[in-house]
Amino acid sequence: MEQTTETFTANARRAMANETLQVELARLSQGFPQRRQQAADRMPEFEALRDQARDIKNHVLANLDLYLEAYEAKVIAMGGQVHWARNAEEARAHILKICKSVDAKTVTKSKSMIGEEIAINDYLEKNGIAPIETDLGEYIIQLRNEPPSHIIAPAIHVSKAQVEADFRRVHTDLPIDRNLDDPTSLLQEARGQLRDKFLQADVGLTGANMLVAETGSNVLVTNEGNADLTYALPRVHIVIASLEKIVPTLEDATTILRVLARSATGQDMSVYTSFCTGPKRPGDPDGPEQYHVVLLDNGRTELLGSEFEEVLRCIRCSACMNHCPVYKAIGGHAYGWVYPGPIGAVLTPALMGIDGAADLPHASTLCGKCESVCPVRIPLPKLLRSWRTRHFEMQPARSPGHLALAAWAWIARKPALYHKVNGLIIAMLGAFGRKKGRLKWLPLAAGWTSKRDFPAPMGDTFIQQYHHGARGDASGQWLRRQQP
Amino acid sequence: MSEARGEILSKIRTTRTSPNAAKNILGTMQARIRDHSANLIPERGQRPADERVAQFMAEATRVNATVTRVAGNPDIPREVARFLTDNNLPSRIKQAPSLAHLDWSETMLTVSQGVGDAADEVCVTSAFGGVAETGTLVTYSAAENPTTLNFLPPVHVVVLKSKDITGAYEDIWVRLREALKNKDQSDNFMPRAVNFITGPSRTGDIQQTLLLGIHGPQRLHIVIVDDKTP
Ligand code: SF4
Repeated sequence: MEQTTETFTANARRAMANETLQVELARLSQGFPQRRQQAADRMPEFEALRDQARDIKNHVLANLDLYLEAYEAKVIAMGGQVHWARNAEEARAHILKICKSVDAKTVTKSKSMIGEEIAINDYLEKNGIAPIETDLGEYIIQLRNEPPSHIIAPAIHVSKAQVEADFRRVHTDLPIDRNLDDPTSLLQEARGQLRDKFLQADVGLTGANMLVAETGSNVLVTNEGNADLTYALPRVHIVIASLEKIVPTLEDATTILRVLARSATGQDMSVYTSFCTGPKRPGDPDGPEQYHVVLLDNGRTELLGSEFEEVLRCIRCSACMNHCPVYKAIGGHAYGWVYPGPIGAVLTPALMGIDGAADLPHASTLCGKCESVCPVRIPLPKLLRSWRTRHFEMQPARSPGHLALAAWAWIARKPALYHKVNGLIIAMLGAFGRKKGRLKWLPLAAGWTSKRDFPAPMGDTFIQQYHHGARGDASGQWLRRQQP
Repeated sequence: MSEARGEILSKIRTTRTSPNAAKNILGTMQARIRDHSANLIPERGQRPADERVAQFMAEATRVNATVTRVAGNPDIPREVARFLTDNNLPSRIKQAPSLAHLDWSETMLTVSQGVGDAADEVCVTSAFGGVAETGTLVTYSAAENPTTLNFLPPVHVVVLKSKDITGAYEDIWVRLREALKNKDQSDNFMPRAVNFITGPSRTGDIQQTLLLGIHGPQRLHIVIVDDKTP
């Protein structure tokens, strides 16, 4: 996927002016948090389960090499193949090679964030193979040639009217005067269109919510059932997954499932949870003849052992963005790459470099809501702050930010001078704005004053007042000297 | 093995605090996999056996499945026929080979058997188990259980024995290991596909409105049988 993180500010501004998007975002930020809370309330052990989910992921990250080897051995024992990829390019090459080996014309795809990360659709298309997204939301945005704007509700930014227009534009084999007013008619049309594609596909490409070392299985969680038709019908099943998706056992996978759907959609359990292990067995009447797993690193090993390691616990539930005031205001596209919201603001700089994504960690109020709902307790605000610090340290020593802070630090270390300068500034601001009580414009702070007035200081500085003998009264109220 | 594999694994190894401990860690990891101990099982997954069927039925209904309970195997065809007639659904059904023992002669249904295909309107399959915790059905792929039957048809009827309803998902893993491990005496017991099904297919992708039946079945009907015979 093309990266537009550099133009974050412009992206965000555009998003805030997009009325359709704002309607959908308002709907999202009501529904998801409410449903999550209800699901958590129905599960008294929810907090304890979150602790365990966190511990399972930490345990795997601490021993990732061993678990990867155990997992790989099991996949092979079950008749599958594992392909290792250091980066997106290698992953794409593996997938293309497998597709070519069976002379694939079409590939059905069930939603995969890693698929987005390696931009597999464009690549397959360029090589003459048609990728078909089968998750309804992904299908809609594929028709619109747009990237996803949410990790579990990729078409959250599209209105019903837009879906209808897209279906009319693309499904030209259907009668022009058909009625699509009802959302159900859109659903039926999509079901019909995709049915043939499922049956004709040569290869099914899925992601993985988890990889189980004990059994060599990949776990797929969906509500639609599209992943199941994607792996069960074609001759070849390819799984594309990143390294950190491993869990030790079926029991561990189960614990994570208990927090995943509840955090994501507020369901107790998603409709379909499937454990796929190797190809078709002797006697099996259906299922793929070949089973491949492409294991992708793409920068993750760099995060291990770093201050950002904890981000690798993420199970991509989307709770952090569903509860984020910034995501709610600007939606997913503004974040400029695959992962939006708080998780994106931490992960994108980690995987793509902070240089082009420096705005993301700053686009946060650090309100802490994300961390409070993250099922694996990733300290997202702390990691956002780490990025801010890192980015600051990387700037050249003569950048405006550095110079301003250096000047402040110099003055702050000299109390007498500091109080004088402070008093001077307060007096000046007071002189300009005391009458109205507010300032319409401030030097160096147009970003603030273009949107709202700045309250004018009404008296002296705290220290000046203190010296003049103003004291708190018994009730704790500050007694201010009468203004002249 | 590939260059990428070697590089990735050695990169991970450099992050290990004490490389000497690798051997111990390996032992711990192997034991963890071998023991596959359960983590915290919530109370709702541990209710007494006599409450489980009712709990399963309540949870499955909550997620838009329909559920009925019948006394024995002979009642299954009658119940399937009733469900189809009452809901104005087609009378042509495809059953999984695992249900070959059912006698449909009393009903007016046209019954075939095999893997799922595009023309199927109603499929009838059997479940390996049910999980009371969330009203979840569990099936796995095998010669007598084609996976495609669970996902292709718009109407899915599942036969589930009440004695196979367990409290938690963990109970399913215990049963599955027991049922399949003995077959080849190895720990390669996992079937090609194990499917947890919790209600009919759904999506919220159009205007965040809940709609049933996008790719998988729109209707899921569960017939719980009290019959004790296999
Ligand atoms: S960071 Fe936490 S809340 Fe956000 S998607 Fe990942 S697991 Fe979910």
